[in-house]
Amino acid sequence: MHITLIISYILRMHKTNIQKIAFSAQGKDVKSLLDPRFGRCSGFVLVDLTTMESQWIPNEQNLRAAQGAGIQTAQNIIAAGAQALISGHCGLKAFQVLEAANIPIFLSETLPIQQIVSLFKADKLTRLSSPDVEGHWA
Amino acid sequence: MKTIAIASGKGGTGKTSLSVALLQAHQGDIRLLDCDVEEPNCHLFLDPQKVNEFGAELLIPKIDTKKCRLCGDCVEACQFNALALAGNQIILFQELCHGCGACTLACPHDAIEEIPTNIGQIVQARTESGVEVVKGTLKVGHASAPTVIAAVKNTTPLQKVKYQIIDAPAGTSCSFAEAVKGADFVILVTEPTPFGLNDLDLAIEALHKMKLPFGVVINRVREKENLITEYCAKNNYRVLLEIPESRKVAEYYSQGKSLIDAKPELEEALKKLLDDL
Repeated sequence: MHITLIISYILRMHKTNIQKIAFSAQGKDVKSLLDPRFGRCSGFVLVDLTTMESQWIPNEQNLRAAQGAGIQTAQNIIAAGAQALISGHCGLKAFQVLEAANIPIFLSETLPIQQIVSLFKADKLTRLSSPDVEGHWA
Repeated sequence: MKTIAIASGKGGTGKTSLSVALLQAHQGDIRLLDCDVEEPNCHLFLDPQKVNEFGAELLIPKIDTKKCRLCGDCVEACQFNALALAGNQIILFQELCHGCGACTLACPHDAIEEIPTNIGQIVQARTESGVEVVKGTLKVGHASAPTVIAAVKNTTPLQKVKYQIIDAPAGTSCSFAEAVKGADFVILVTEPTPFGLNDLDLAIEALHKMKLPFGVVINRVREKENLITEYCAKNNYRVLLEIPESRKVAEYYSQGKSLIDAKPELEEALKKLLDDL
């Protein structure tokens, strides 16, 4: 009982530390739909949860990558200062990179990003504990 | 020894069928290198017995974490996304590495050592009638097929022969280039379909750049005049052989029997094909 309480406390603490979330997106602002793809999405909307300001991070170079798109994309969002990722799926290699950088991944349905923000705040999204899809080179 | 590569821009046009048939037509005077290392299959038709086996190695970076300053220069240098900077570590994705060594050159702190790593197997074998067949197999998940292809091509022949046939992988990418590189002649196998034509044109463009001589074999011919014969006539390309469309060939193929088993009348033409190059 105590352990469960402690774990949930730690998890909550961890979550409250998250201020900037990267969403794989089909458009450039919070009204756009989530892109279920991670490595090959056209870009990310980086949302600041306190101010609700958003910023567009293009991912075009990885759309054309011959291999390792997920790896490169993961580094992109780390460099952009994201503290969490919300996407439709995440494969093994991208998962490893994000995990090494302590960036939690949450999965969501393909909904408008502002709606997903509310779901995140209400604790309705599942945190990914292992990759949910196989890599294209697996 | 003359090296003849059997290649094709499009897959499934009959490279392996032709390679195996040429081997049968030139018994005793030929060896076969199966360079389709992502799916080698010549052995299925020939059932050779293993003589030698060795590994194909690629130089893969190993990062000394004591010397590494996490500057990310190696990540920047890697064109294959095999290295990633995440948190306080550089992650290596071995199977994406092509062993080019750019990371080692880029590292300003001398923190990278290159370690030979096995990425495939080479088997040198002999058929019942004594013909040598070399097969390369790339480890599943690895990206660097050219390394294994080069290792297959680097084997020393078991006996002296007149011809060496290279069964190349389909397409016109690095694997194709590595397989046909250094060949004395390239035989491009195609079929009279729009896809066959499109990919033949791509392969020829690549061979022009590599300055390699080539000729065309048209497989599954239904009509004497077709889009491939038209294309070759227009561009003055040599048509070496036309193999008629035949259900029997497909049936034999599905039973692991060769083109010559199905069409023994082709044997003479296949003998001449190499001798006349």
